[in-house]
Amino acid sequence: MKVLVPVKRVIDYNVKARVKPDGSGVDLANVKMSMNPFGEIAVEEAVRLKEKGVVSEIVVVSIGPTQAQETIRTALAMGADRGILIQTDETVEPLSVAKLLKAVVEEEKPDLAILGKQAIDDDANQTGQMLAALLDWPQGTFASELEIADGKAKVTREIDGGLQTLAVELPAVITTDLRLNEPRYASLPNIMKAKRKPIDMKTPDDYGVALETRLEQIKVEEPPKRQAGVIVESVAELVDKLKNEAGVI
Amino acid sequence: MAILVVAEHDNAHLSDATNKAVTAALKMGGDVDVLVAGENAGDVAAEAAKIEGVRAVLHADGPTLAKQLAEAMQALIVPLMGDYDAVLAPATTSGKNFLPRVAAALDVMQISEIVSVEAPDTFVRPIYAGNAMQTVKSTDKIKVITVRPTAFDAAGNGGSASVKSIDAPAGPFKSAFVSEELTQSDRPELTAAKIVISGGRGMGSGENFAMIERIADKLGAAVGASRAAVDAGFVPNDYQVGQTGKVVAPELYIAVGISGAIQHLAGMKDSKVIVAINKDEDAPIFQVADYGLVADLFKALPELEEAL
Repeated sequence: MKVLVPVKRVIDYNVKARVKPDGSGVDLANVKMSMNPFGEIAVEEAVRLKEKGVVSEIVVVSIGPTQAQETIRTALAMGADRGILIQTDETVEPLSVAKLLKAVVEEEKPDLAILGKQAIDDDANQTGQMLAALLDWPQGTFASELEIADGKAKVTREIDGGLQTLAVELPAVITTDLRLNEPRYASLPNIMKAKRKPIDMKTPDDYGVALETRLEQIKVEEPPKRQAGVIVESVAELVDKLKNEAGVI
Repeated sequence: MAILVVAEHDNAHLSDATNKAVTAALKMGGDVDVLVAGENAGDVAAEAAKIEGVRAVLHADGPTLAKQLAEAMQALIVPLMGDYDAVLAPATTSGKNFLPRVAAALDVMQISEIVSVEAPDTFVRPIYAGNAMQTVKSTDKIKVITVRPTAFDAAGNGGSASVKSIDAPAGPFKSAFVSEELTQSDRPELTAAKIVISGGRGMGSGENFAMIERIADKLGAAVGASRAAVDAGFVPNDYQVGQTGKVVAPELYIAVGISGAIQHLAGMKDSKVIVAINKDEDAPIFQVADYGLVADLFKALPELEEAL
């Protein structure tokens, strides 16, 4: 069984995003970039399925600038087999990403696509669901457990207030939540090996997908700043302030 | 302009996240209808009809909608959109699950987790886990939007809209419900609680979280944790408040033994009142706290419990 794992190159999750003074976006110049953490979980899950003998091939695809090759290499070092980079320097909205991924699916014919539930830059949380809709595949989103058996994926999902388990027919789209697994660090020999694994270089044109912008960005601002408040001297003073000043208890 | 709001419910009760999404819809202007999709959810439809400002309630009832699975919700909502200019759902795990499917089927870019309506086509939404606020204008003919419930006040319950039955999709669909394991707790749900008290690495152990739980019970609060406390194994992962965990915005947030890493602040800084209890006076959490108490939490927590 073949698995497609789309991953995105984003600002490293330990870096604080800084808004550009002109309001045009977030400053990404000279900022450390990494694989989207939820995408890392997706790669790890695919590699574990391969180690269990369920999966035979893992294809990683990324859409983004030339440097996104590094993101693909990271996935290859974790255990993916080959990569596809759809190179573009434009901002690609989730709907266009889903259309490109649909084209990749039609070419590669995987039985499963595993994606991060959201990218930590645009926080849209929609690419996986959109891909599923465009392919008319079922979906198991926000997965914290995944089992493949008898042509079905048994997916335990993180929902508000608890967990829900679904059985979805394959082929299907799975999106990952935090508890699904803890991604491994690539070993040095595997990093070396990954350098020899193939990455296909493509463009959106190769897939006949026009990149459209449906959401026009008007501006990006700093969130309202909180002012530091007062330091209270005792628990009694704290309780008094919460009761009588803030009125919240 | 006609707007459809998809109700959040469990077939028995309407969640007030629905009322909040209705508020966002009313801010866009025009006629607002509510869609109740469920199984044996007549009571929910009746409740939805009472939301102030709602023109009509559409009630689709059937076994395929029992759990509002994404495939069935897509089949239900997409054909309805011939009559609407926008569809909104609360940005809960349910809304986030099915609405992007609807968007893609309509060839529309969803606008996720809006926190403000600037104009009928222009919205503000947090990006980079709330470290930046993005204002976007949608050029799509139909707007597909999820609404962050904590950012809007709930519409009142003095209305009396009509309820109209519509057909549930027949199916079968390629996904099936197997089971559900809902956390049994008398405490409110983390993202819906009016008060949240969270512990960090400073708690020292899982056992010590009992001190926090006792205070939570006195305040009717939910219990949360920082990623450090989750990583240390003190509490389960679903307690985690932060960039990669849950985003909360309660009336009162009490951070105990939490230093205030970026990841954590991103998940709670929209709370109305923030209290920090930490023995390190230089902890970054104090920079966002309305009330800071520099103290050893092992002394302060029992005192707080006593005082409440």
